[in-house]
Amino acid sequence: MTPADVVPIPYTWVLALSAVLFAIGAVGVLLRRNAIAIFLSLEIMLNSANLAFAAFAYRFAAGHATAAAALDGQIFIFFVIAVAAAEAAVGLALFIALHRLKDSIDVDRANILRW
Amino acid sequence: MLGSLWLIPILCLAGAVINLLLGALKAPKSVVTTVGVGSVGAATVAAYVALAEYLQQPYPAIVERYFTWISAGEITVNASLQLDPLSAVMLAFVTFVGFLIHVYSVGYMHTETDGGYARYFAYLNLFMFAMLLLVLGSNLPVLFIGWEGVGLCSYLLIGYYYENDWCAAAGSKAFIVNRIGDLGFLLAVFTTFAVFGSAEFSEIFPAAASHPQQYAGAATIIALLLFVGAIGKSAQIPLYVWLPDAMAGPTPVSALIHAATMVTAGVYIVVRCNVFFRLSPTAMVVVAVIGGVTAVLAATIGLVQNDIKKVLAYSTVSQLGYMFLAAGVGAFTVAIFHVVTHAFFKACLFLGSGSVIHANSGEQDMTRLGGLRKYMPTTYWTFLVATLAIAGIPLFAGFFSKDEILARTFSAGAVGLNGYGDVYRILWYLAIGGALLTAFYMFRAVYMTFHGAFRGDEETERHLHESPRSMTVPLIILGILSIVGGFIGFPGQLFHQTGWNLIEDFLKPVILPIGEVTHGAATAADHAVPAVSFTTEWLLVGVSVAVAVIGWLIARRFYVGEGAFGLPRMLADRLPLIHNLLFNKYRIDEIYGTLIVRPVRRFAVFLWRIVDELIIDTLFVNGTAFTVELTGDVLRFIQTGNVRNYALAVAAAILALAAVLW
Repeated sequence: MTPADVVPIPYTWVLALSAVLFAIGAVGVLLRRNAIAIFLSLEIMLNSANLAFAAFAYRFAAGHATAAAALDGQIFIFFVIAVAAAEAAVGLALFIALHRLKDSIDVDRANILRW
Repeated sequence: MLGSLWLIPILCLAGAVINLLLGALKAPKSVVTTVGVGSVGAATVAAYVALAEYLQQPYPAIVERYFTWISAGEITVNASLQLDPLSAVMLAFVTFVGFLIHVYSVGYMHTETDGGYARYFAYLNLFMFAMLLLVLGSNLPVLFIGWEGVGLCSYLLIGYYYENDWCAAAGSKAFIVNRIGDLGFLLAVFTTFAVFGSAEFSEIFPAAASHPQQYAGAATIIALLLFVGAIGKSAQIPLYVWLPDAMAGPTPVSALIHAATMVTAGVYIVVRCNVFFRLSPTAMVVVAVIGGVTAVLAATIGLVQNDIKKVLAYSTVSQLGYMFLAAGVGAFTVAIFHVVTHAFFKACLFLGSGSVIHANSGEQDMTRLGGLRKYMPTTYWTFLVATLAIAGIPLFAGFFSKDEILARTFSAGAVGLNGYGDVYRILWYLAIGGALLTAFYMFRAVYMTFHGAFRGDEETERHLHESPRSMTVPLIILGILSIVGGFIGFPGQLFHQTGWNLIEDFLKPVILPIGEVTHGAATAADHAVPAVSFTTEWLLVGVSVAVAVIGWLIARRFYVGEGAFGLPRMLADRLPLIHNLLFNKYRIDEIYGTLIVRPVRRFAVFLWRIVDELIIDTLFVNGTAFTVELTGDVLRFIQTGNVRNYALAVAAAILALAAVLW
């Protein structure tokens, strides 16, 4: 296949996928009670953001002659992945502590910090 | 000593500070006495050395600047002292009489506890400091520091026996009443700054005197405001009510502060600012009327009082009235002359009464005294001499000054000074009447206290004794001054002599000539010989001597020998209305209580209960706290502790934010 045969995917499609993923993640965070599941949902949200970064990088690369402009969004993705990894370390430690305390990682049972 | 005038007040201040420390350390009385009397003694010596040097010179106003006290915008106030003839006269008698009374206090206060004794001398020294600052200050702000300082010490010393509620109340009364006057004084200082851009005596008086037309209006305002201050400090109508109550303090304090020195500060300020007063006929006549009316009114109250110190207190109010009358008729030097002679004989009288009280275990009621002549001869003779002086018996000190006041008042009426001739004529009659009353109530006090039989209980009679040396020596010195003190103002014009009236000649430079600036001698018009004939003058002397003798004889008839006390009792029974009115001091305190004190107190209670407690405390302070607490009580249920609720709130908020920003 030559590039001329390939019909490029419009970047709006990618954005739409990103939005759908973000919504799925958000609903998961709000509705799931298992802390690990919430955490996974949260990862989905982060990755939907990464996808949006990639889409915009693709979009703006088309308008610019220099490659540097197109790299901005992609570099951000690496930052997000790094932060997500750090967050996973802290989050998992929290869940282990929670499990030791309550013998469960059901977040609805971790509700003593209230009025 | 000239060049370091500051040493004179500072010595007294040092005494006060050291005595306060000694009081805290519970030092023995001998140390306190050394410091207290020694510091004032040193200040007196310093003052007289300075005066001796000053008299070598042709009486200039020597101003010593020490440092810049206030510098704000175009206004600069220096911390500076001044020695001019007026300050010199005041300095001379304030230090001397003050020293004598310090010595007297050693004997009078010897029964006090160590702490109280040190406190007493600390306050007394502090008073001397403030008073000296007052008479030496070369501008109004420095003078005002002294003015407030003497008021503070007066308050502290009136309330010296603060364990007694009524003594503490008397102190507060003196302080609060003086505050009213001080407001006037302060406004006068501000006005002076506004008009002249300075409050330095050596600048404002020549400026005002050389442009009489330009400054006439301002001078009226400043003079009247200053006089409000003088009314408060010198206990004139309507603010005289604090002085009789001030007798709650120890008797030497009454002698020093509430007779000889502090209360004459009002007269001093009027004489000091005589340029402003002379520019304003209105202010002059106000001063004269207030003074004349006070002189008579206070004398009438003094007629029937039985407390020996109350008699002397009303007598002081009355004599201060005479001083203001003198100032009001333009006889400023005579006012100061009377200040000086009054300091001698009134200090002597008060110290004599203190000696009596001391000997009678604190008894002040003259109806329970009597016949003390044979027990305490020194006190008797000095008291009698001072009484002769205040009554105006010829050749005693008070005769010269009082006679001159009466003469100058008469001539003011005769020449129609400033067009108020009628007013001054009436004032002359009042003053003559007051002189009669003065002679009567003073001899009444002498007869009731020292003549007849002792009317106290036997226990007291057994303990009757003459006072110790430290008390009698000051009495004798003041007694001698009450005899010879008047010769500093000998009325030479009665003998066609000039140069006999030392004090008037000495004080002449203080009375700046109005109009054209004439450097040097004052113009003739300013020191015009009273415009009454020679015969009239002698006639006036005769009249004032006659009323004094008549007053004396009436008192003698009323209170001595067969039927003593019969006549006054009969009069009191016949004229109960007048007697009660006088005995109850015209019920002025009650009237003030109803018209002013109680409404003010009610207003204060309103401010306290309604404004402070209800509005500020309850509504604002606690109301805010209550509202916050209530809101928190409701809103805390938002904090469910459930992490998914928080997440939902965050998500909803983001959606809402997105919706808004769309």
